[in-house]
Amino acid sequence: MAQTKAKYLTLEEGFFAVFLIVIAFVCLIIAGKTYDQVMAFHTAIGSLFAAGGAFIIFKNYFNDGGLAIPQEIDGKPNYNLGPIKFGAWAAVFWGIAGFTVGLIIALQLAYPVLNFDLPWTSFGRLRPLHTSAVIFAFGGNVLLATSFYVVQRTSRARMPGRIAPWFVILGYNAFIVIAGTGYLLGATQSKEYAEPEWYADLWLTIVWVAYLLVFLGTLWKRKEPHIYVANWFYLAFIVTIAMLHITNNLTVPVSIYGTKSYIVWAGVQDAMVQWWYGHNAVGFFLTAGFLAIMYYFVPKRAERPVYSYRLSIVHFWALIFLYIWAGPHHLHYTALPQWASTLGATFSIILWMPSWGGMINGLMTLSGAWDKLRTDPVLRMMVVSIAFYGMSTFEGPLMSLRSVNSLSHYTDWTIGHVHSGALGWVGYISFGALYCLIPWLWNKKQVYSLKLVNWHFWISTIGIVLYICAMWVSGIMQGLMWRAYDQLGFLEYSFIETVEAMHPFYVIRALGGALFVVGALIMAYNLWMTVRHGEAEEADTVGAGAMAPAE
Amino acid sequence: MNEAYNSVASFAQTWGLVYFVVLFAVVLAYALWPKNRSRFDEAAHIPLRED
Repeated sequence: MAQTKAKYLTLEEGFFAVFLIVIAFVCLIIAGKTYDQVMAFHTAIGSLFAAGGAFIIFKNYFNDGGLAIPQEIDGKPNYNLGPIKFGAWAAVFWGIAGFTVGLIIALQLAYPVLNFDLPWTSFGRLRPLHTSAVIFAFGGNVLLATSFYVVQRTSRARMPGRIAPWFVILGYNAFIVIAGTGYLLGATQSKEYAEPEWYADLWLTIVWVAYLLVFLGTLWKRKEPHIYVANWFYLAFIVTIAMLHITNNLTVPVSIYGTKSYIVWAGVQDAMVQWWYGHNAVGFFLTAGFLAIMYYFVPKRAERPVYSYRLSIVHFWALIFLYIWAGPHHLHYTALPQWASTLGATFSIILWMPSWGGMINGLMTLSGAWDKLRTDPVLRMMVVSIAFYGMSTFEGPLMSLRSVNSLSHYTDWTIGHVHSGALGWVGYISFGALYCLIPWLWNKKQVYSLKLVNWHFWISTIGIVLYICAMWVSGIMQGLMWRAYDQLGFLEYSFIETVEAMHPFYVIRALGGALFVVGALIMAYNLWMTVRHGEAEEADTVGAGAMAPAE
Repeated sequence: MNEAYNSVASFAQTWGLVYFVVLFAVVLAYALWPKNRSRFDEAAHIPLRED
């Protein structure tokens, strides 16, 4: 690998080029023959993306003359940072887009006129756009970027492949574009967090397998004998998401020329598979993946090792073996057998242990360095994130109990719970990671302005508090109104009366969401200025940073 | 059908418990094994080492 190679495409470049050209032609044929306008649009985009990808492969080959990329420069690993830089900025972009769509749908609930009576802007289509944009587009790009960074740094090895890492990050974002535009145009398989139709699912499967291979390949090449705990969490996230995604999307398309497909299971089996998927999307995408971020970025920022490495091992194995069983708690009081829903609730309660074990491990990493919370708003953001993790993993098991669930289910309480996890835990740990990652990637000493990080922190925190408190009050009120009877045994409130009563809380929630968007905009400005005008790292490490543009 | 359910359920309720207890015991033993201590202490410092 180290020596200069002959002027031929590598096997990898050739494989990806042929693959993309085939995809481009298949898409073109489908676009020509389809009866389905959404399919025509998506295959046209797919054809353009694939052809563009093949073009870039050849263009790069002719530009660099097929020279091999050195694995090490001056004895230091020559880390591949390009795809990580792209992923980090894609996360910022999709984050702002996703938060903004969230704000729009929050306003739609408060003021229904904002649906504009158009199908494309209706709540039903924008809501999955919001959830997918924040979970898969924002969260997914954060996970891709940080995992590529962490696995390289903790393995002290460059990622394998020249095209593969770029294929993963660009292919994943192509999936986001297909999925997101599909929702707006009405292509959906109506499964929560798994709305994309069969062709988008197939594409994601290919990308995900490439992701797994790149990740495993880096571990394979590692110079460090031990695989650091963060990589275990990332690996569990990648493998489990592959398993969940494939199983929950075993659909048969009506025709390869159409977007519509049908799942192979029927009725309650489908519901069970869906919530096995849905809950483990929470457990492995939004938890295991972001715990990996916690286990790398918190010690790094606090400049101390994780509180207990032994606890992190118990945390990992306990979490992955327990989470996978908790899904049925989403289906209390349905056609699902009671024993199954009891099983789900039991495992949810047991999950208190690993969740809080992990939270304590993250928080206690700061023991002896608590003063840094006062001076470093980035670390403060990550610590508050871990506190939110503890709070929402305490609340979740409670809500999984049948008696609590009978009040909370189908109400805004669920929305409040999800957002304390999503805005507090996932959002803040991601922001913390981005505030660390962007200066590292561009070899800057620090973010442009810690003062602005402070502003981001406080504005967003007030936003989250407004959001979740409004949803708790509104949700519990809604649940209580639904179950209120008068002395003659009739329901006390009509449905529309509950909606009217919730209006003020919807307005407060939208205000909270607006503050969260403002915070994210401040972050985007701050990160942009970091790249443009940040103070460069000291001279002795400039050498290490200069390796970055080696590609 | 009901019989099949009962046998699966009783299997899960007994051997499922054994499975999780054994699994947890193995993980605890691995994490707390005195010989592994120095290895794990070193591993904890991986993110902090600069290259």
